[in-house]
Amino acid sequence: MSYAKPNFRHPRLPKNALGYTVSDYDGAISTLCAGCGHDSISAAIRNACFLSSIQPHRIAKLSGIGCSSKTPTYFLGKSHGFNSVHGRMPSVATGASVANRDLTYIGISGDGDTASIGMGQFVHLIRRNVNMTYIVANNGCYGLTKGQDSATADLGSLSKYGAANQFEGIDLASLALLQGASFVGRSFSGDKEQLEPMIRAAIAHKGFAFIDVVSPCVTFANHVGSTKSYSATRTQLDAMPLDFVPMREEIRTQFDAGTSQAVTLHDGSVIHLHKARDDYRTDDRMAALASLQESKENAKFLTGLLYLDPNSQDLNQTLNLASRPLNDLGKVELCPGSRVLNSINEGLR
Amino acid sequence: MKQTDVANPEYFHKVVDCQYACPAHTPVPAYIRLIAQKRYTDAYLINWESNVFPGVLGRTCDRPCEPACRRGRVEEEPVAICRLKRVAADHKDDVAKHLPKAGPPNGKKIALVGAGPASLTVARDLAPLGYELHIYDAQAKGGGFMRSQIPSFRLPETVLDEEIGYVLDMGVTTFFDTYVDSMAALLNKGYDAIFVGSGAPRGRDLPKLPGRKEADANIHIGINWLANVAFEHTKEIGKRVIVLGGGNTAMDCCRTSRRLGGEDVKVIVRSPFADMKASPWEKEDALHEGIPILDNHVPREFVVEKGKLVGMTFDKVAAVYHDDGRRELVSTGADPEFVPCDDVLIAIGQENAFPWIEKDTGIRFTGWGTPIINDDETFQSTRKEVFFGGDSAFGPSNIITAVAHGHKAAVSIDLYCQGKDPAVRPPPYVNLVSQKMGIHEWSYDSIPTVDEREIVPLEDLKKALNDRKVEVELGFDLDAAFVEAERCLNCDAQTVFTDVNCIECDACSDICPTNCITFIANAPEEELRQNILVPAENMEQDLYVSGTLPTGRVMVKDEDVCLHCGLCAERCPTAAWDMQMFFYNVTKATPNLVDVR
Repeated sequence: MSYAKPNFRHPRLPKNALGYTVSDYDGAISTLCAGCGHDSISAAIRNACFLSSIQPHRIAKLSGIGCSSKTPTYFLGKSHGFNSVHGRMPSVATGASVANRDLTYIGISGDGDTASIGMGQFVHLIRRNVNMTYIVANNGCYGLTKGQDSATADLGSLSKYGAANQFEGIDLASLALLQGASFVGRSFSGDKEQLEPMIRAAIAHKGFAFIDVVSPCVTFANHVGSTKSYSATRTQLDAMPLDFVPMREEIRTQFDAGTSQAVTLHDGSVIHLHKARDDYRTDDRMAALASLQESKENAKFLTGLLYLDPNSQDLNQTLNLASRPLNDLGKVELCPGSRVLNSINEGLR
Repeated sequence: MKQTDVANPEYFHKVVDCQYACPAHTPVPAYIRLIAQKRYTDAYLINWESNVFPGVLGRTCDRPCEPACRRGRVEEEPVAICRLKRVAADHKDDVAKHLPKAGPPNGKKIALVGAGPASLTVARDLAPLGYELHIYDAQAKGGGFMRSQIPSFRLPETVLDEEIGYVLDMGVTTFFDTYVDSMAALLNKGYDAIFVGSGAPRGRDLPKLPGRKEADANIHIGINWLANVAFEHTKEIGKRVIVLGGGNTAMDCCRTSRRLGGEDVKVIVRSPFADMKASPWEKEDALHEGIPILDNHVPREFVVEKGKLVGMTFDKVAAVYHDDGRRELVSTGADPEFVPCDDVLIAIGQENAFPWIEKDTGIRFTGWGTPIINDDETFQSTRKEVFFGGDSAFGPSNIITAVAHGHKAAVSIDLYCQGKDPAVRPPPYVNLVSQKMGIHEWSYDSIPTVDEREIVPLEDLKKALNDRKVEVELGFDLDAAFVEAERCLNCDAQTVFTDVNCIECDACSDICPTNCITFIANAPEEELRQNILVPAENMEQDLYVSGTLPTGRVMVKDEDVCLHCGLCAERCPTAAWDMQMFFYNVTKATPNLVDVR
């Protein structure tokens, strides 16, 4: 077994605006099962950060416990990382975000880490609109403990040992919509063409961006009867493709009218939705919820950007926190002296 | 693009760049692995089967394999393939017991004209089949140009004698000191077939240059002079020597001159330094021995005073390259330059010459003086029982090309003697075996090392220049050989893709360190080359295209900079990728000559 990637790279790798190649965003070699969907998500995050020309040292990766939460080791090897307690990544992310609002925060969680042990923290993260990208690598089972059904396993889905799941699965995308998330997307690890631009858009979004990614467990949930296998997901897939164009770049592709909608983010970058249904609007929360329900009833798996509020107000703005990171503030700012104290006191009289 | 047909052995053969570039298609990675395993005898035997003269070639080969080496495309320098070959030859045990013997007589008699590498290869390939082989050569010993042209400081006589001996010991009848002066007479001797491997023996001269006749005593044709040195007819040369020419013969002439009393030896060449025909390492070796190379100098005149050569004058030129690739040497207008000297060696090329082949034999020749040959597979001449090979077939080339010709000519002769059509070629020997040892383990060192190319130690310069028989290159020691052998990327460990097993999880594409693998909509080759993850600009390297996968896409792999590290197959959950060792041995008259497991 190979424990390290060879040092050689393609001599003609393209470079991004920072002069980095995609390999500069690599992490250690994965120790997950060969063919795990999570590795594809890792590659999509790597590619997204490369394409968006984000400085690796300006990114922080946060995770909890589980197969999914191991993955930050396998991408962005030159970025910051915090592997927290099971289900407690949201509180670490909240603290980090208010302490240093200038970093890009990418949280990686799983269906267990988010929908079971971490559910309590997860909904508060949404409620507070912490400025981060939160990706759930969702395989509907506990792969690390030999494949028991998780809280997101679909009703009737067969486990590897043949038992049908008797409970309705939690739909994390619907939950995030209900709870008021400002960016909700859903995707499939085997569809990088959609997942990469969605991650780029999520990173550009100011506020809490949630992406639920079906990521097949190749060892415990990739059999006939599993609703989250590669083939079942592909069979049911109803994907709404999208493109992400950062503000710096000019738009090169031309789309036919009626087949594309454009959504502009706060920083001027644009998300293009292709082949979107005529009546589909990314700013209609109710419609998004209805679409999810409808596709479920039709035994379809709807993926794409489901909802976006481009003008959302994140936690730092809501709490009116200092505009600079704590580590940037010196003695003068933190301890402004008795004259300022006096003036505050005067203001309260 | 059409699905790649990997059942055609030429596809994977081409992926093994070194082997594909080698005229004799020596299985290079296979023997390099054996060197890393300290199995020097086996490494030698694989070489011997393929190229007959591993010890000679490990010192003197033109190395077409090294510029082709994949390592040179992902790193600075290719693997030192040639020097590793020498390691196998230098460190092997006694191999005689492993070599084939002459087969029981089959009643057919073959004449071989010239005892150079081409004829010796034909003899080696035919002897186990029971042919009676008569080899003729004008020299006192076998070897041809390997003996007369390559100086001992590059190729010790003991190495040459040993490897020629292995061939002649297979019951070959030799007629040395015998110059064949009539093809007609040879044809009348009742041979079933005749192979002509007499080389390109005529060195070019400058007959029209002023002063050529008057200074004749001190002007020598390079190849004749080297032969005279080799056979010890010539033992010294003047203190100041000019060598004309920029090929490997010129390099051998100048370095030999340094050892025969030449103190001020210069190579003077018409073309720019970079365009010289000599191998880069041979130019380096000459410079290392204090021999300046003056480029862009066109000979104008031999200057003679009182009936004796005193020097030469040259016109200075500059190379102008035209759009159509043509090069023109244009005078700079500077005054001619005088270079004093005592002797001049002319090493400006050589030509084919067949004064001994009569016109009425039915053997016809091209305007270039080379025989008209059926094609470069059969080597059959316009007279059916006469075959050509080596330099005598297409003009001057090198040893490994002569060996390659020999293999093909031997197959043709064998087919011809059985009354079969030489144009219908038997297939090569090919094998493809999975290297999977465990869940994620391969039976070869799959992850490439990062060591840089090892430097070969040289003999002390003073000692080397004192004696023309002291070998200059000392060869790798075994530690260096191991490090160098481990640099090999094992390109013969093929990435074999079985599309029906693929679940399109992208794991291979994500892990590939050189981004070779893309899952993409099919398109014509030109478009595919642009659309994949990193555009495939190296047109000499193929794209490996799968059949259509369930999502309608295809797998496209650019072979260009694949490291053969096996990570695609390691990360594949369904073994759609597998690393399979590819072994390819060219078609030979005797298919399997040695037994190496």
